[in-house]
Amino acid sequence: MKELMLGNKAVARGLYEAGVRLVSSYPGTPSTEITEYAAEYDEIYAEWAPNEKVALEVALGAAVGGGRAFCAMKHVGLNVAADPLFISAYTGVNAGLVIGVADDPGMHSSQNEQDSRHYAIAAKLPMLEPSDSSECLEFVKIAYDLSEEFDTTFILRTSTRIAHSQSIVTTNPRIEHPIRDYKKDPSKYVMMPSNARGRHVVVEERLKALTDYAEKSPLNRIERGRDNKLGVIVAGTTYNYAKECFGDSVSYLKLGIVNPLPPKLLADFAASVERVIVIEELDDIIESYCKKIGLKVEGKNLLPNIGEFSAELIAERVLGKKTEAISLDDEIPVRPPVLCPGCPHRGTFSVLKKLRLIVSGDIGCYTLGAAPPLSTMDTTFCMGASVSALHGFNKIRNEANKTVAVIGDSTFMHSGITGLLNITYNKGNATVVIVDNSITGMTGHQQNPSTGYTLKGEPAPLISTEKICAAAGVDPAHIRVADPYDMDALEQVLREELAFDGPSVVIARRPCALLKYVKREPALTVDPEKCKSCRACMSIGCPSISFIDNKAVIDPSLCVGCRMCASKCRFDAIN
Amino acid sequence: MNKNIMIVGVGGQGSLLASRILGYAALEKGYDVKVSEVHGMSQRGGSVVTYVKYGDKIHSPIIDKGEADAILSFELLEAARWLPYLRKGGTIITAEQRIKPMPVITGAKVYPDQIIEKIRAKNVTLISADTLSIARQGGNEKASNVALIGLATQALGFDAENIRQAIIACVPAKALKANLAAFEIAYNSAAAL
Repeated sequence: MKELMLGNKAVARGLYEAGVRLVSSYPGTPSTEITEYAAEYDEIYAEWAPNEKVALEVALGAAVGGGRAFCAMKHVGLNVAADPLFISAYTGVNAGLVIGVADDPGMHSSQNEQDSRHYAIAAKLPMLEPSDSSECLEFVKIAYDLSEEFDTTFILRTSTRIAHSQSIVTTNPRIEHPIRDYKKDPSKYVMMPSNARGRHVVVEERLKALTDYAEKSPLNRIERGRDNKLGVIVAGTTYNYAKECFGDSVSYLKLGIVNPLPPKLLADFAASVERVIVIEELDDIIESYCKKIGLKVEGKNLLPNIGEFSAELIAERVLGKKTEAISLDDEIPVRPPVLCPGCPHRGTFSVLKKLRLIVSGDIGCYTLGAAPPLSTMDTTFCMGASVSALHGFNKIRNEANKTVAVIGDSTFMHSGITGLLNITYNKGNATVVIVDNSITGMTGHQQNPSTGYTLKGEPAPLISTEKICAAAGVDPAHIRVADPYDMDALEQVLREELAFDGPSVVIARRPCALLKYVKREPALTVDPEKCKSCRACMSIGCPSISFIDNKAVIDPSLCVGCRMCASKCRFDAIN
Repeated sequence: MNKNIMIVGVGGQGSLLASRILGYAALEKGYDVKVSEVHGMSQRGGSVVTYVKYGDKIHSPIIDKGEADAILSFELLEAARWLPYLRKGGTIITAEQRIKPMPVITGAKVYPDQIIEKIRAKNVTLISADTLSIARQGGNEKASNVALIGLATQALGFDAENIRQAIIACVPAKALKANLAAFEIAYNSAAAL
């Protein structure tokens, strides 16, 4: 059956058709929907793991146990999962194991722009890269067959424009693969030096065999152009952009396997055209390889290693084409993302701002607390770093009564717990604010161990954040819970815990305003007679409040009636 | 024949649903289709754009500057922002809603005035309506995205029935009545223009 399908949904469909039995992932844009769609199939056991390392280890265990398994993550998630990734190259699999990793060139929703192909090279693992939804579905199925044939983990690399674009796919029924026998084999699965030495030899031999396969695989293909003046080497998204730009006028070497690269195929292609340009987003991986094997190619001399590509960019840089565009003479103000109206994080950040604290931040919706007018975040590194980095900061500066870490409930479960353990164990002095909105927010509402539900929507044991903090060594008297809508109460609790000389946790708890079960209250209005134009209500940075004719005005289409602005008003003008 | 349609607005206004409805309608007409969406951070009140492309064969899922046949905009400032993507002779269909971005709210920047008139002055065909009140008339303010589609249906060259079927396929059952009502009011108001 033909249908229009999101790239991520097509990957999930591929998992279903390939007979995959287990999916374990941690959400991360742009990879999240793969796991959500996979969970819709009864035949697939699917779960949210607390982080990517755990998820990949679960999937590896399942594959060794004989069932086809999958794990999805965003590019930075692969950093977290790098440990099992590298070792899975040595152990190999039993049933097929595929990792889906989604890069984010252009950083639509990421803290960096890293190129995951480096991981495939470093871990000596094969990597496939589809160009549209149809290839997402087909490549997944091929990856499982190859994973079992070559006894290795496969990586499927996508990027935002593949993961979040819909195109037409043809679906087929699922093919079941019986659970394979598991045989005890420590020389393969127990990675201690004596065994790993033997396995490294296997890894190198396998990579050679995969290179031979890449030379003749239908996943790498040549499309001949009208003449032999120009040939382009493309993969993933850049195939689409190049096709849009050059049409059938040039020759294409479209690589579906981006690691290992096929030296003979590349050389033959280069010899068949007068000029070769490698078109690849982010780093010059294919280009460098071509140069290493002695081919004369161009690439990053024309095209950037920063940001996303487009047909327009290629036309401009390669063909010298300029686009004519209509535009207004006015300056168009930017529209950065903001905390939503009614977002409980707004209350927390308003208090932190008032207390003029140094804030060690983390990854999630609450990273938006860094934006004006709240501007209440000093650092944001990576998942979990708010807690551990604050410990280091405080050890050096010795002003723990002026600093806090801010971390979300899901991020705390992901990698905040170990940082907290480090604080208590090493006699640190730090205040950790857990902004608990009872969901994984930024990626679009995924469950996590503290929400009481599984990915499949079944009730799950509710893991208590308070008890985890207590078990991690924080004195229960200094584990405090406050409602961020009640900013005065939150401020009082924070003042007390900042004054305490030792580890403390303040849980600012209120569900995300976008959750379906959270009732939206009627919009508030400003009484212009009472409004004294003091702008106190503006300090919270709510997108529904603005000033017109020097009076506060609330946009009724945006306001959800949270009353945080009203609590800032000293003249009772907002009701 | 290839058609390039951009849907622009503010994160949370329902551009994903709108793009899915148009993508579905184009698929039903037998075209090759690509729809490119935005998820993640921009959905939190940022400027968002989705692309719907259909025709004989579509390669790139995104639309470049000067290439859009039509821009559907949920918000006036966003119509102005994405105007450079419109091709010469293209059409803008926009809601009349204004949502101030944070730099305007804080007073660092100014929201441009007379956006509709200024765009028209560039020899651009522009259709506009108060889609929020159309959606309210239909029973649910949240259906303003579907009201915008109703406003644009004729200009995009779709049959009303084609779009109705796409709405039925893409909108959750409990919201369907209000969405269909918003579509009909907007479609008829555009036909009366």
